[in-house]
Amino acid sequence: MSALAHVGSASAAPTPGAADETAKRGRFLPYLLLLPGGLWLIIFFVVPLVQLFTVSLQSRFPEYPGYYYRDVNVKNYWSALTEFAPHFGRSLLFAGLATFFAFCLAYPLAYAMAFKAGRWRGLMMICVIAPFFTSFILRTIAWRQILADEGPIARIANALHLLPNGHITETWIAVVAGLTYNFLPFMVLPIYASLERADPRVIEAGGDLYANGFTTFRTVTLPMSMPGVLAGTLLTFIPAAGDYVNAELLGSDRSTKMVGNVIESQFFKVPDGYPTAAALSFTLMALILGMVFLYARKFGTEDLL
Amino acid sequence: MSSPSMTVPNSGPRGAQPAGAVYRPSFGRRVSAWIADRFAMIVAILVLLYLFTPVAYTFVFSFNNYHKSNITWNPEGSPTLKHWKNPCGAPGVCDALVTSLQVGFIATVAATVLGTLLAFALVRYRFPGRGAGNVLVFVPMATPEIVLGASLLTIFVQGFVRVGLRLGFWTIVIAHIMFCLSFVVVTVKARLLSLDPRLEEAASDLYAGPGSTFWKVTFPLVLPGIVGAALLAFSLSFDDFIITNFVSGNVTTFPKFVYVSYLRGIPAQANVIGFSLFLFAVTLVVLGQVIGSARKPK
Repeated sequence: MSALAHVGSASAAPTPGAADETAKRGRFLPYLLLLPGGLWLIIFFVVPLVQLFTVSLQSRFPEYPGYYYRDVNVKNYWSALTEFAPHFGRSLLFAGLATFFAFCLAYPLAYAMAFKAGRWRGLMMICVIAPFFTSFILRTIAWRQILADEGPIARIANALHLLPNGHITETWIAVVAGLTYNFLPFMVLPIYASLERADPRVIEAGGDLYANGFTTFRTVTLPMSMPGVLAGTLLTFIPAAGDYVNAELLGSDRSTKMVGNVIESQFFKVPDGYPTAAALSFTLMALILGMVFLYARKFGTEDLL
Repeated sequence: MSSPSMTVPNSGPRGAQPAGAVYRPSFGRRVSAWIADRFAMIVAILVLLYLFTPVAYTFVFSFNNYHKSNITWNPEGSPTLKHWKNPCGAPGVCDALVTSLQVGFIATVAATVLGTLLAFALVRYRFPGRGAGNVLVFVPMATPEIVLGASLLTIFVQGFVRVGLRLGFWTIVIAHIMFCLSFVVVTVKARLLSLDPRLEEAASDLYAGPGSTFWKVTFPLVLPGIVGAALLAFSLSFDDFIITNFVSGNVTTFPKFVYVSYLRGIPAQANVIGFSLFLFAVTLVVLGQVIGSARKPK
């Protein structure tokens, strides 16, 4: 016990950087620890991406459908992006809308969990995660039935003449609603994490300094939770932009297809579709990594991880 | 912030305010504070209800006594327990479930072991290439699933076929280990970073060697993080559809089964299984929280 007390008095309280002090310099051991997982990621993440990239530049033999030769055919990108520009735009638009709505729903929830829930905090946390133990395909199809024309929501909306063409499913509204629903926890959890770290006394101080509720929120609470909001935005936007399940299950054949649907169908249903699908995949990835890079430069990666 | 009255200044000389501060009448502030105080909680409860709506739907329609497809509620003879009595009654549903459980189990074990090793290396050591290691772990999480699926399909079809690896069970396992790995690393890393270094220092002050310090102090402290990472990996693997759909060939996992059968209407047995898994997971989480709070009373 005396040894513990000695240590306690000798070293200061643990600071965020305290773990750095215990970090060791190793010669072989760290590489040994790194090797199996690192190799796995290199073989099954990096190499496939490189392969996908070469496919995106391949050209097809005109007389042999389904065969390609190695090439640097940048035209693949140009034709894929011009042909499927609407789908790309839709992906960004729907994902952006879903991210916005998810933020609007997630912030009050995370705020209530962090500051109002008291001893119900643990229960609310379980409630946020629990729905995700039901298969997400099952839940998305459940939404399809709930929003269907004969379902209660479409009937009420139709009775009030809110829907221009009488449907919710098969429209972009259903797709955005589905995306919002499916990725909501990815918005809630980081916001909650950053609000929980915030000192409630700082927010009280806003009130003590005669700021009203909204001003306190705008100038104190929101800036303190900004890292969580931005991490949540990325965590919602990235999967939403690449998603095709919601558009497939809740949307219609033509007007709601996203870039994910195009990639999927170019791979599986369109002969000679591989280079187009690969080019679209790469453009999507470049776009998203660009966003992540901007975020990481501004805020560092620690809040994201 | 916990009660509105604390934020309302009811006394104090006006002259004490800093110049330029805006003063609002106390009544208006009281009302807005009252609303603000409850508004968040009301919205929070509504959002939670929204989150649970499709789960409730799944539960209710597991009792539907339908004839052709489980899409509309059949009032005749409903509710029925027959699907709950015979959850494997629909062709293929239990095969898909077993496949998903097997894939999930293997992928979880492998990803947890590999990821924990990676996390230790990245947190506990400083070595050339550490930054690259961090990037290698991070980028898969920032990559859309469809790109992961597409690239894996490309490499499996164009490369690994030559060594005899066909699309099927093992390609699903390989893919799942890959995308679970990063999430395991992040979870274990967070736990490692939150450890109090004084505990390990104390162990070595008490003449524990590096081996016994690790197994008697460090590892038990990190274990909750590893268990959490394993649970996360399993739920990610079990629920994955997009990547699985690309690399699975003819093998059907549970999400794929549901997706494929949706046009004909999902059999109610899928609802039964889906809801049972939900109950099972919630029980696990609640037990974990109860045990966790019993162990370290705050």
